[in-house]
Amino acid sequence: MGEAPDLLHNDGSGLRCDLGGFWIDPWGPVKRAVVTHAHADHARGGSERYITTAETAAIMRARISADLPIDTVAYGEPFRLGDVEVSLHPAGHVLGSAQVLLRPDSGPTWCVTGDYKIEPDATCAAFEQQRCDVLVTECTFGLPIFRWRPDEEVVREINAWRAENAESGRTSVLLGYALGKAQRVLASLDASIGPIGVHGSVRTACDVYEGHGVSFPEHVHANAESAPDLRGVGTIVAPPSALGGPWLRRFASSAGMRTAMVSGWMSLRGRRRWRGTDRGFVLSDHADWGGLLETIERSGATRVLATHGYASQLARFLRESRGMDAAVLPTRFGDADDDDGERVKAVDG
Amino acid sequence: MHRFTGLYLDLDGTSSTAAKTRALVEYFRGAEPEDAAWAVALFLGRRPKGTSSSRVVTAIALEISGIAPWLFDECRAAVGELAETIALLLPESSPREVAGDESLAHVIESRVLPLASADDQRRTAIIRSAFTELGSVDRYVYLKLIRGGFRVGVQRRMLARALATLAEVEPAVMEHRLAGTFTPTAESYQRLLSAQSAADDAARPYPFFLASQLDVEPDSLGDRNEWLAEWKWDGIRAQLVRRDRVLVWSRGDELITHQFPEITSCAAAVAPGTVLDGEILLWSDDAPLPFAALQTRLNRKSPPTPQLGLFSAEAPVFMAFDLLEHEGKDVRELPSADRRARLESVVGRAGSESLRLSPLVAGETWTDLAASREQSRARGVEGLMLKHVTSPYAAGRVKPEGSPGWWKWKVDPFTADGVLVYAYPGTGKRATLFTDYAFAVWGDRNGERVLLPFTRAYSGLDQSEIESLDAWIRRNTVRAMGPAREVKPERVFEIGFEGIAESRRHKAGVAVRFPRILRERTDKAPKDADSLESLRALLALANRTDAVTGD
Repeated sequence: MGEAPDLLHNDGSGLRCDLGGFWIDPWGPVKRAVVTHAHADHARGGSERYITTAETAAIMRARISADLPIDTVAYGEPFRLGDVEVSLHPAGHVLGSAQVLLRPDSGPTWCVTGDYKIEPDATCAAFEQQRCDVLVTECTFGLPIFRWRPDEEVVREINAWRAENAESGRTSVLLGYALGKAQRVLASLDASIGPIGVHGSVRTACDVYEGHGVSFPEHVHANAESAPDLRGVGTIVAPPSALGGPWLRRFASSAGMRTAMVSGWMSLRGRRRWRGTDRGFVLSDHADWGGLLETIERSGATRVLATHGYASQLARFLRESRGMDAAVLPTRFGDADDDDGERVKAVDG
Repeated sequence: MHRFTGLYLDLDGTSSTAAKTRALVEYFRGAEPEDAAWAVALFLGRRPKGTSSSRVVTAIALEISGIAPWLFDECRAAVGELAETIALLLPESSPREVAGDESLAHVIESRVLPLASADDQRRTAIIRSAFTELGSVDRYVYLKLIRGGFRVGVQRRMLARALATLAEVEPAVMEHRLAGTFTPTAESYQRLLSAQSAADDAARPYPFFLASQLDVEPDSLGDRNEWLAEWKWDGIRAQLVRRDRVLVWSRGDELITHQFPEITSCAAAVAPGTVLDGEILLWSDDAPLPFAALQTRLNRKSPPTPQLGLFSAEAPVFMAFDLLEHEGKDVRELPSADRRARLESVVGRAGSESLRLSPLVAGETWTDLAASREQSRARGVEGLMLKHVTSPYAAGRVKPEGSPGWWKWKVDPFTADGVLVYAYPGTGKRATLFTDYAFAVWGDRNGERVLLPFTRAYSGLDQSEIESLDAWIRRNTVRAMGPAREVKPERVFEIGFEGIAESRRHKAGVAVRFPRILRERTDKAPKDADSLESLRALLALANRTDAVTGD
């Protein structure tokens, strides 16, 4: 008798669960998609039905299409799909982000983390550690060079930088993924330093956040109308694609502007310099090396499948240093680089 | 060392020249002279003696961090450089363990210089204690120091401007003071900042004046007769300083006197108090040899014996084209035409086989000059130099005030269409992207038509092109070879280069000089890319020795 097939496998359209008749975060159109969170590389249009959290559904409707056929479920509330009991649990990545816990009628329990971070974030539900037999973990930052400093320190630096810019009459520009990072940054800004303006794509997501009870410091839509109030004293929160474009330039004062990218990648000097911003603040919505190892350990999993990022490296480390059964779960090639939001186009000009 | 580290991070964190200069001034204003002296030396690109191999520092980092060697290599590949990788991997150091902040000079003198004479065991002990006793960020700068890769985008001009502000002298005066050798002592630094410049070292060259690329039609420069035209030589730009002795300085402020004894001995005939600007070339028969020949000579460790025989195959020549000091006086402010007249008389009197005058290129009109320029390749030069008759000899690439200055009017580069076959990650800020590429042309191997790599190139694409090509490379990798990727041979690029020579080290049998990407040829399929035969035709064109001797 051979070994039972894996509960999940990549069939070319995504991570497929035969027993349950669904896919997790498929990139191709499928019959039924369970979506971990609303970032464009995880939530795509074209599938027949979607299952996700109410928050993710709201963002998907705002970003993809208002009439997507989505069934929503609450965190921690189990539901059945085929022969599998499925439940979604907070992943702490962005608003609505979920880990997917899968309990088949027989066989090991699986947990697919989706993207996650374990540090607290005022704009989304905190990561809830799951126990499972097989853990499918992302590893965007799966190398020991990635070690995040405490949020408060980075936030203090961001606000100090804004104050310094305002004092010299320069506009501050904070660049981050329009969904998630921008809201997390916005929520941490000290409004007494100066007025805050957000890019249209950031605002779209903020509206959904506010609809789900997240509050932000006072801010305006950064546009031609609000530009005179923001210039030289204010802070702009925008996606990275705004850098260097005419939209952003209108907010520069005569003394100019200072730009800063906010991303986990900013811990690497090469990335900081490549972006060409004046500063880089290291703030990530993904777990760092320590966070990944802690999550893996606390999951109690005996088998780990690494995906999205430094997968082969993490898997080898787990095999060699922890004696675990670990391997790479291949997903689509070349999709490893989020946290910058570089691949997400800004919606408005 | 914290102040210096802070400066390093400030410099690294901005691309604005003004902000960098401000940071430098602020640093130097508050720095102790012995620290400032080292900072000057480092920004001038001098490496303190006492470096350590990457093997040694890696071994110590592995031991302290407890990381497996393979994982370290993966980290290094992700980061792109050793010093930063180690700094990121070492455990946080707690500043409390450090008994106060050590000065930059102290760190260099007690933790860097001793490495030069230390045995393996001692060296390891020194580095290990630095890793555990220096602050987290200081360790990064320390690693930069002992690995010799100290680059923070501070050009000599920027440094000169910052120091000139402090010394309250003209930036050009400071550039002059910075040219030549600087020893990192408090005394040297104080001398640098001294008000009077009378005690200038007799050995120092002047800062080189650099021409800008002419991107427009020469007609727009106005009257042809207001311009001196010369050949643009393809050799080593150098100054021949004849004061109490003869010194030859390259543009990188390296003394190359001993590599060219033929020139040095001939130059003794020049009257003391003379500084000539020119180009060193290797000459054979009646034409200069390609640059590659000169490079061999430069890399030679022991000084060559002067070849004074009449029939020596190749002889170095100093091709003088400007006069910076005449009869002991700085004449750089004189108009080009006046300097040229004096230069002609100086070289006329003292000239020889090894010290020649770069001739003016005749031609009544711009059209005539353009026709002469077309002969550049055949003559073994890169094109023409245009110098306005009123132009003083300025410093660096700045156009002198009130004069149109100097222009280089180069011939168009050689080009070949190559197929992208391999990609490599870049270094530094390009470390996380595939930014270096290998290109191939068609050639025969065992009777089969195959793609043969002929060059690598990394410049020429803009940021968004690089990012999109990077994404394409990741999706179209057919094979990973360590950090390198073999990609589907689908995309054709036009590669420009300045020269081409035979090479046994390259699979294609040729090596090109200064290759860069001109544009993607989306109109061409891989099968339409160039072939080895077309490269060899360029080689025949470039290889004038063959053409002259009929070899």
